[in-house]
Amino acid sequence: MLLTEEQRLLRDSARAAIAAKAPIALWRKLRAENDEAGYSRDFWRACAEAGWAGVLIPEAYGGLDFGLVGAGLIAREMARTLAASPFLSTAVLVASAVKVGGSDAQKAFWLPRIAAGEAVISLGVDEEPRHDPARIGATAAETPQGWRLNGAKICVLDGAAADAFLVAAKTDGETALYLVEAKARGLSRTPRRLVDDRRVATLRLDNVEARREAKLAGGAALIEQILDAGRGVLAASLCGVAEEAFARTLAYLKQRKQFDRTIGSFQALQHRVAIMHVNIENAWSATLKALQTLDSGAADAPLQIAMAKAKAGEVGRTATAECLQLHGGIGMTDEFDIGLFLKKARVEAELLGDPAYHADRVAAMLGY
Amino acid sequence: MAIDRRELREWLEANCPAEMRQPIRGDEDICWGGRHFVFQSPAQKLWLERMAARGFTVPTWPKDYGGAGLTPEDAAVLGDEMRRIHARPPLTSFGISMLGPALLKFGNEEQKRRHLTRIARGEIRWCQGYSEPGAGSDLASLRTRAEDRGDHFLVNGQKIWTSYADKADWIFCLARTDPTAKKHDGISFLLIDMASKGVSTKPIVLISGKSPFCETFFDNVEVPKENLVGKLNRGWDIAKYLLTHERGAISGGGLNVFDNEALDKAARAAAKAAGGRLPDPVLRADIARAAIDSYAAAATVQRYMQEATAGGELGARSAVLKYDGAELNKRRYELLMSLAGAEGLTFDGNFGPESELAQRWLRSKGNSIEGGTSEIMLDIVAKRILELPSE
Ligand SMILES: Cc1cc2nc3c(=O)[nH]c(=O)nc-3n(C[C@H](O)[C@H](O)[C@H](O)COP(=O)(O)OP(=O)(O)OC[C@H]3O[C@@H](n4cnc5c(N)ncnc54)[C@H](O)[C@@H]3O)c2cc1C
Repeated sequence: MLLTEEQRLLRDSARAAIAAKAPIALWRKLRAENDEAGYSRDFWRACAEAGWAGVLIPEAYGGLDFGLVGAGLIAREMARTLAASPFLSTAVLVASAVKVGGSDAQKAFWLPRIAAGEAVISLGVDEEPRHDPARIGATAAETPQGWRLNGAKICVLDGAAADAFLVAAKTDGETALYLVEAKARGLSRTPRRLVDDRRVATLRLDNVEARREAKLAGGAALIEQILDAGRGVLAASLCGVAEEAFARTLAYLKQRKQFDRTIGSFQALQHRVAIMHVNIENAWSATLKALQTLDSGAADAPLQIAMAKAKAGEVGRTATAECLQLHGGIGMTDEFDIGLFLKKARVEAELLGDPAYHADRVAAMLGY
Repeated sequence: MAIDRRELREWLEANCPAEMRQPIRGDEDICWGGRHFVFQSPAQKLWLERMAARGFTVPTWPKDYGGAGLTPEDAAVLGDEMRRIHARPPLTSFGISMLGPALLKFGNEEQKRRHLTRIARGEIRWCQGYSEPGAGSDLASLRTRAEDRGDHFLVNGQKIWTSYADKADWIFCLARTDPTAKKHDGISFLLIDMASKGVSTKPIVLISGKSPFCETFFDNVEVPKENLVGKLNRGWDIAKYLLTHERGAISGGGLNVFDNEALDKAARAAAKAAGGRLPDPVLRADIARAAIDSYAAAATVQRYMQEATAGGELGARSAVLKYDGAELNKRRYELLMSLAGAEGLTFDGNFGPESELAQRWLRSKGNSIEGGTSEIMLDIVAKRILELPSE
């Protein structure tokens, strides 16, 4: 489970670059300006220059082909400063889908654009508030020219800024992904903001006409495969959130004084912090192992990813709440950063399946 | 030169008896070695002898001391290949997982040659004389005394909770050699033959009904000077070093204390019997969460062990593993009991299959006490890893 030399380099350079180019101050600025995209285009351009937008894309299409461990390492570093970007939506979810299920023409058109940071594409799977890719109501009816899409999607990441969408729809009970451009007639989007200031959109598809080749190969299996990539990367991001909130809390415990003592000297707090450390270590171990397994293509990768997403979601939520508590009143203020991590953890624990959803899948996969 | 996996595979295939490829059902199936050990079967004895002859009971120890001199990477290959055929460990002992590492680091040449080789061959079984009635978590307050009598130490005092003292041949022991020094500075690390005059043991019955541990008494026991490990009064460093190995072995295998698989197996069997999924959704969710937490904890064990192999010692991280492994094992046994319902409650008093689950459940309660309590593990994490202040 050791990181390779290259992976360590990627992690270290990402940490330095993100701290310099996308500090929390940038996140606050975007929020204050009510930016429509919710991320800085300059920062995303810098990400593309560093190769991160193409982290999963083959070199032949201008990518870095670094695998999911690499993507996880980048997401974990971005999380530490709350750096907003279409990394998850475009560079992970959609890039994985096009890479595996796209035609040669789709790959040749979209992958280099994604890698160059020029195209933002969002995935639309969920239609109900709780993630469940098995419940797709959107339809794709075959027409002489191709497909006619109808339905609605919610919580589409980066949906306001997207140039195109990859939506899941059903034909006679078979689910598949369809790539449609944002400007397609009949497609409308309503931007929404989430509690962590993330921008999503609600999509409506009213008789949207798509060409025959808009349909990706791979069906429901491809959807699960790319969702697993997204879940693994989200787990890594959740680890970054928890680790950063924890580091800040630890520093606070060593500095804040009450009753003429540093509060970090109280054993009641030391044990809570120690337990948090154990949990955060485990979340990262589980995530790293699951990402490595997914990269290796082993058959139990879905099980491991489900475990990692459940674990990181649970730890992300509980650790950030605990960190807030250990700050006392100042933790409740908007000016202080700790609450921002709590919000991000809440959102990322929910996205692509919360701990309860994945725990139930784990039980099923383990045979009970 | 890296180990030849194919040769190894063929050798294991040819030399591991079929009976030694069956899952370990309980303590009875573990080969502890020692002068008084009664082998469960000829196969168990044969397996130990064959593995010991190749140094595979302690693969990373130097050849001169009974090991095979393997690098950690090669030892991992051996581990893989053994798991592949479900081979049982040929030998499990406190000598291998606790005393051995301490002697390799702090012992003199004579001690290493004498004691390590016998541990490796399973000839001598060791027990651990640390805890005393008045010194548990605050181990350094121990009072067993060893007085310098020229050519020997004269040892007087009492140890308690000494696991398998009544079955062990030798004991590694902490004793006070300087009563005037500060508590950590007057302790020495001694090796004592349990057959020495004045050593006696008295078994203690546990809540499980079994008696795996004892009170151990030292009454004017003469211990030759050559049995002092390291420097006089510097035993505390050795004691702590050994504890990190004990905690690592408890958590990461080696000592077979935690069972990661029993719960999943039982849940699967219950689901099968019910003809689908486990019928009680709340219990099912609790079990799934325990499975997830166990997977994550096992991943940390794996990561820490690999990182330690690549860059030095496990050190204080052993407290992370020990804390979590113990708490999880207790949680899994609670769930195993719930899953079994009334069937888990039977207890025939004869240690038969009727009592097995209840007994294991009761035994698991000791996990967060033995080898340092969970509270002490959290103290170590807070102070040594997170560097939180004492005041
Ligand atoms: C199954 C088993 C096998 C064992 N085998 C051996 C063996 O082979 N050899 C050996 O030497 N010993 C052995 N022990 C003993 C074990 O190491 C001790 O029981 C353990 O270290 C705790 O000491 P104690 O029992 O005196 O409890 P105490 O130290 O009296 O602890 C009582 C309670 O107080 C808590 N506590 C103590 N200090 C603090 C603190 N500073 N902060 C917060 N809480 C604290 C403890 O966590 C515990 O909950 C074994 C124990 C068990 C259960």
